[in-house]
Amino acid sequence: MEKLFKLFAQLSASFVFVILVATVIVLYITAKPAIEEFGAHFIIEPRWGVEVTQNKPTDRTPAGATANSGTTKSAVSDHTSTTDNSTADTNSSDNTIDDSMDTPMDDSMDNEFGSDENIPMDDDTDTGQANLPDTAGKNTKILYGGAIPIIGTLFSTLIAMLFAIPVSMGIAVFLSEIANQHVARPIGVAIELLAAIPSIIYGMWALFYFGPFLASIFGGHSVSLLIAGLVLGIMVIPFMAALSRDAINTTPDVLKESAYAMGATKFEVIKDIIFPYARAGIIGSIIVSLGRAMGETMAVAFVIGGVFKFAHKLTDPTTSIPVVLANNFAESSGISMNALFYLSLILFVVSFITIFSAKYFFLRRH
Amino acid sequence: MKNKMEINHFSFTYKGAKAPSLNNITLPVQTHKVTSIIGPSGCGKSTLLRSMNRIHDLYPGNTYEGEILLLDKDGNQQNILDIKKENEFIHLRQKVGMVFQKPTPFPMSIFDNIAYGLKLTGLKNKHKLYDYVEKSLRDVALWEEVKNRLYDDARGLSGGQQQRLCIARVIALKPEVILFDEPTSALDPLSTLAIEEMIFELKQNYTITIVTHNMQQASRISDYTAFMYLGDLIEFDHTETIFIRPKEKQTEDYITGKFG
Amino acid sequence: MRLLVNKIAIALSSLTAILGLIFLGWILITLILKGSTALSPYIFTHDLVNNGIRNLLWGQFVLAGLASAIGIPVGLLAGIYLQEYGNHTRYADFIRDLSDVMMSAPSIVIGTFIYAIIVIPVGHTNGWAGIAALFVMMLPIVVRTTDDMLSLVPTELREAGIAIGAPKYHVIFHIILKAAKVGIMTGLILAFARIVGETAPLLYTSGSTIYMETSLSQTFPSMTVSIYNLATMPDEKLVALAWAAALILTIAVLALNLIGRFLIKDRRL
Repeated sequence: MEKLFKLFAQLSASFVFVILVATVIVLYITAKPAIEEFGAHFIIEPRWGVEVTQNKPTDRTPAGATANSGTTKSAVSDHTSTTDNSTADTNSSDNTIDDSMDTPMDDSMDNEFGSDENIPMDDDTDTGQANLPDTAGKNTKILYGGAIPIIGTLFSTLIAMLFAIPVSMGIAVFLSEIANQHVARPIGVAIELLAAIPSIIYGMWALFYFGPFLASIFGGHSVSLLIAGLVLGIMVIPFMAALSRDAINTTPDVLKESAYAMGATKFEVIKDIIFPYARAGIIGSIIVSLGRAMGETMAVAFVIGGVFKFAHKLTDPTTSIPVVLANNFAESSGISMNALFYLSLILFVVSFITIFSAKYFFLRRH
Repeated sequence: MKNKMEINHFSFTYKGAKAPSLNNITLPVQTHKVTSIIGPSGCGKSTLLRSMNRIHDLYPGNTYEGEILLLDKDGNQQNILDIKKENEFIHLRQKVGMVFQKPTPFPMSIFDNIAYGLKLTGLKNKHKLYDYVEKSLRDVALWEEVKNRLYDDARGLSGGQQQRLCIARVIALKPEVILFDEPTSALDPLSTLAIEEMIFELKQNYTITIVTHNMQQASRISDYTAFMYLGDLIEFDHTETIFIRPKEKQTEDYITGKFG
Repeated sequence: MRLLVNKIAIALSSLTAILGLIFLGWILITLILKGSTALSPYIFTHDLVNNGIRNLLWGQFVLAGLASAIGIPVGLLAGIYLQEYGNHTRYADFIRDLSDVMMSAPSIVIGTFIYAIIVIPVGHTNGWAGIAALFVMMLPIVVRTTDDMLSLVPTELREAGIAIGAPKYHVIFHIILKAAKVGIMTGLILAFARIVGETAPLLYTSGSTIYMETSLSQTFPSMTVSIYNLATMPDEKLVALAWAAALILTIAVLALNLIGRFLIKDRRL
């Protein structure tokens, strides 16, 4: 009985390990054709689903890249004045109410047409065709590259962090040092509750209110990298603030009191005593929040645009890895599916490293 | 009459430690007497006590040498260090009960705290259970205080009451030996006195070994006293002898307060 | 000068706090305003095909409930192993770290993983895949909670249990788990609240359907996935329905969180 129970417990614990290993292996296996096909070049390749002639792909690459950037620039000039909700609308065709599994046509490519509608010279027309595997000729191959979503992920996370860190620290300091107990407790509870709100709620709010609001201030689209980043930031604020507050609260009162006793102001105590003391915990909370923002799908999916383009300005739509996965997965097959798994694997590995380093260096449990 | 327990040339090494924490200890524990073990912190007295019902085996990797003999009812001596099987461990711990430094009421009612161990032995009869619980509580002089709230959570009792409850829990199992690990160090003087008186009563029926850092306590309640220092048993004798005419210089220094 | 800097810093900190609260308040207010417009008894009694959310509520509850039904026992056992059997061994520390990392793994990646191992072989989205994805989400949270809560149980209690001759598993079940009961319950409620609101891992594992579905081997209705789909519909009525569903979801999640907090506050000792 005792042995049996122990065995079950141990098996359950090992299950955690099994799942993680299985995740890596399965992602790797399913991504393998794409990894073999594109190799490490995948990470810097900006084209997604573009048909190229196989015998001289190296010649095409720079040309394609410049053409691509050219079109986006013109797209920007076309779009800046007219706020168009067309992107948001075309998104909807992407997610038809019933199960969109069996729709053969690539809806995500409609998406690109949607935002590129009024571009005179676009090389994206063949993009739509090219994604259908059977149209690929013998001496052409379809290129998939992850650069755009990778860059999109990095930048949206960066914007989120730039926004969230100061605000979260402000809230954390306010809650633990400035506000009195009667104010701090209900606000603290509110913040923690907000951290529990499902991320899709943030996404919806951003799509209908925050996006148009920002677009009216900064101009540009109501879906953009900037909005996505800010929504991500707002989403992780409660999380980061709560964790940082807990870290700050570990500072012993004696330490603070002896600093005050030497005539330090509140700001100096916070700056010189509390932050250094709680540094590890605060940095840890930032990294964990960063990991969360990086892997977040639903808050961003509505507002980043989901188009395979570099954002040359903050107000341009682009895409990120989770959003690409969310939007394109159901419609993909063959090599494009493998490429998506490749992206998924990259995201997993990066977040794994991020979290592991955070744990290892800052959040060591004793 | 044979000694209830005999510790012979016993050495103990914690997992991963280079040097043993107990060196070659030899200590007789006489039947129906109180044997106290005194010594400065870190001398190994608790380690020795915890070897006597092998509670150390909760944490694998520790190594034992020598023997600890336990006399059973038929007059045979069994070396408890030979025990390997789970059910033998359970049997040993029912025969050698233990009371800890901090009160450890289980998260259940007062009644269930005592009944829990009895149920483990297979006792199911409600009336018998109740009788045993009442008797154990009377033995520790707790019955009058708790008889009207037997089914309240035991964690609501005061510290002294909790500790007496824990003792009642142990004696309900009718052990042959009871080990006390500094049972009063977390209690106030009045509760301490109550427990000391109880130990005095208990020795008529039980063999008792108590670890204490309180020398007055050792001299008040024990028949024999062992003085330990840095993992060695320095001296063992009748309590009066230890406290009045110790043979060893170290014992005398400790008792007169020169160190420790 | 120092005092001025101090005042400015405090003002800034308070300001950011207010700014953060404004955003968060804004979200809640829009949610309540928009959500309540479509809220009516009608939507609880009709499926999505008839502009109701009955099947979605059912689906989300079944998916999260069954995921918990598998995830809680496995997670509890794993947590018990980490704290009671393997504690301080390298292996336990390793599993503990992995579990923490897994807790922060992007939920969409978990979705892709389940897609690869269940949906591709089956050929279409199905309820079991959704349950599996939520299970993988939930497992590390339960492990962590159990582990943490058990670590708060004093060692003496374990030793006391063993010392009266109880077998170890008996001590774990009757003493240690009881002592940690409130904390673990709270953790389980919060874990459930967490997976109930998940969208990304369900997107292409359970999918979502507008019809009532009771077979888990079919595409299963999911509230969160449907919110995602409905919110981008051109039809105003459907968008309003999405808001109503979002409001209900949020209320459910917040209520679960409040219950969890209430339990903690209520705990004795």
